[in-house]
Amino acid sequence: MRLMRVSAIAKKEGIQIIRDPYSLAMAFLMPVMLLFIFGYAITLDVDNLPTVVYDRDKSSTSRGLVAQFRESRYFTVVAYAEDHADIDRYIDRGRAKVAISIPEDFSKNMATGRDATIQVAVDGSDSNTATIALGYIAAISDLYSQRTCKALAAPAIDPRVRVWYNPELRSRNFIMPGLIAVVMAIIAALLSSLTISREWERGTMEQLISTPVKPHELIIGKLSAYFVIGFVDVLVAALIGIHLFDVPLKGSPLLLMMCSSLFLFGGLSLGIFISAAAKSQLLASQVSLITSYLPALLLSGFMFSISNMPAPLQLISHIVPARYFVAMLKSIYLKGGTLKLLIFETAALAVFGILTFMIANKKFRKRID
Amino acid sequence: MFERIKRMMIKEFHQIFRDKRMRPVLFLTPILQLIIFGYAITTDVNCVSLAVYDLDRSYESRELARRFEASGYFEVLRHIERAEEVRDLLDRGKVLSVLQIDRGFSSDIKKGSQAAVQVLFDGTDSNTALVAMSYANAIIARYAKGLGAPHMRPPAAKLDVLARAWYNPALRSRDYNVPGVIAIMIMLICLLLTSMAVVREREIGTMEQLMVTPLKPAEMILGKTIPFALIGFFDMFLVTIVGVFWFSIPIQGSLLLLVLCTAIYLLSVLGIGLFISTVSKTQQQAMMGTFLFFAPAILLSGLMFPIENMPAAVQYGTYLNPLRYFLIIIRGIFLKGNGIGILWPQMLALFALGAAVMTISVLRFKKRLG
Repeated sequence: MRLMRVSAIAKKEGIQIIRDPYSLAMAFLMPVMLLFIFGYAITLDVDNLPTVVYDRDKSSTSRGLVAQFRESRYFTVVAYAEDHADIDRYIDRGRAKVAISIPEDFSKNMATGRDATIQVAVDGSDSNTATIALGYIAAISDLYSQRTCKALAAPAIDPRVRVWYNPELRSRNFIMPGLIAVVMAIIAALLSSLTISREWERGTMEQLISTPVKPHELIIGKLSAYFVIGFVDVLVAALIGIHLFDVPLKGSPLLLMMCSSLFLFGGLSLGIFISAAAKSQLLASQVSLITSYLPALLLSGFMFSISNMPAPLQLISHIVPARYFVAMLKSIYLKGGTLKLLIFETAALAVFGILTFMIANKKFRKRID
Repeated sequence: MFERIKRMMIKEFHQIFRDKRMRPVLFLTPILQLIIFGYAITTDVNCVSLAVYDLDRSYESRELARRFEASGYFEVLRHIERAEEVRDLLDRGKVLSVLQIDRGFSSDIKKGSQAAVQVLFDGTDSNTALVAMSYANAIIARYAKGLGAPHMRPPAAKLDVLARAWYNPALRSRDYNVPGVIAIMIMLICLLLTSMAVVREREIGTMEQLMVTPLKPAEMILGKTIPFALIGFFDMFLVTIVGVFWFSIPIQGSLLLLVLCTAIYLLSVLGIGLFISTVSKTQQQAMMGTFLFFAPAILLSGLMFPIENMPAAVQYGTYLNPLRYFLIIIRGIFLKGNGIGILWPQMLALFALGAAVMTISVLRFKKRLG
């Protein structure tokens, strides 16, 4: 391996990248856009659920109960229904997610100390929101009964629930660290997956073959050019997350950069492998999005925790490198994870990187002959 | 005219399928992906890993731990012996929750005074933690209610809530998500195919050859897009079958309506693909442009994150997202059995959007040719 030839290839790639400012801009725009979407537009926190109230009692007691729901930030009363069919209409059209129906004898029962019952219907099509909403409803009505009925004895067991690492349960703290993995996966796929198939399609590969450049020198040269862009993206993502979105970084920034480089190396090698194998840009782009972006988004534990998935899928997730990277990121950010704690994940990423690099190298060599 | 369009379509099909590896990519991977992601996108929280730190070692404490396990929501993975293990297990992410029962738990219960238990959660995954917390509270409350002699039992809560979940009474998230995965699968395939295939002609230089043929721009566009629309339809058909038979998602509504709505949806997807192709010079740019649209379109569609939780400005922005409408339609048809009577506003909006995008792209396309 000659360093000079590697750097010549890297320089050529660099010039090609700079000559296409449109693609370069997108390479930097993409992570920023994703960060802003996840930071500002999207929240997994359930609040302001549109609620329709059907109050048949129309008493101060029933209004008090509705007020209790209103005051919590979880429910927003969007309408008062006139009859049962109204409720159906609101939920069917998706204009309300929650319906609260208060029977006529509600205030009478509350006044005479009998059990009062209210009916609640939740749109279950989004089961996650529904489960959380049901939890809130139970908590609010418990609170209401405790307030209105002081005689109520305390429950026999007092559950003291504490949350570690992310005590306010901000979904942003959970999303942002993992997002770096998704951004890396996308960037690696977008940048490197077309790089070799493009040379084939345009016919410039023959020119490269006729030069004394060896296959692995070509791959390393291309890799290092894209590595620089990817690394800048990691920095941008980490800085925006920490400074703009106040995601605490408890662990070491150095460790963060180290494991990001490791993941980036593997991701870029995978892209180059796909590119070398596909030869056509159309095929390469389809394959690389299927193998990098979607698994990183859905199978990495970034948003959907792996332990909730069925067993075969949990097994499959072990071959998704983003899985290890997401686990590392979350640990470094929120738990202050150290290299000692994360040694298994680091090793997994290193193995993935070296393996894909070797396969890419082999695939490419076979192609040239 | 039809003859020319037909020729163009045949050429297009030849080009797509000449590469034998393209076939599995177009027809096999959507099925595999639906199966994998249909399982992956689950927000159902079950089997939350739990470690029990029982300092009381009494009948009552064991019973409480058993209740956690029996609920089906928690899975007891470890029994902790030493206090340091609590932090270690949570730090390493071996368990997501720890149930700690301090000494004196059973004697408090027997005395009739209020006993306390501690439940620790790893809040890293805020959503799972939130749901698991409500499970834990419910399990403890239920256990507390059934405790001891009747005179010690607290009176029943004055306010009973009869809660029901509509459409999806078991609150299975899979029913909700699989139709959504179908929609994004179709979008990804068609978008990428259209945007890149047109640019490819330009990049390789065959666009000039096409321009010297008697093909009119409109014919060229039709000949280019119809094959992708057909592939999109075929994929839709495949993944719907997988959804119905593999995931047993019922189609409550009309199949015919689903076909009609898919056609309207494809109109806007192909329109966007064509638009991207008119603003890109190379396939690399087309791929990036596709992605620049695709990534926010998935995230801001209501597939994984409810739109009503987004800030108002973003909510208005989502009106420009075809996926937003199609998700409501496809979920409505699959899960609620909605008909045209309810879905027409979405269909109309989707059609208007598709027609607008298509017109803009066709105009741009012509300009670039001329």
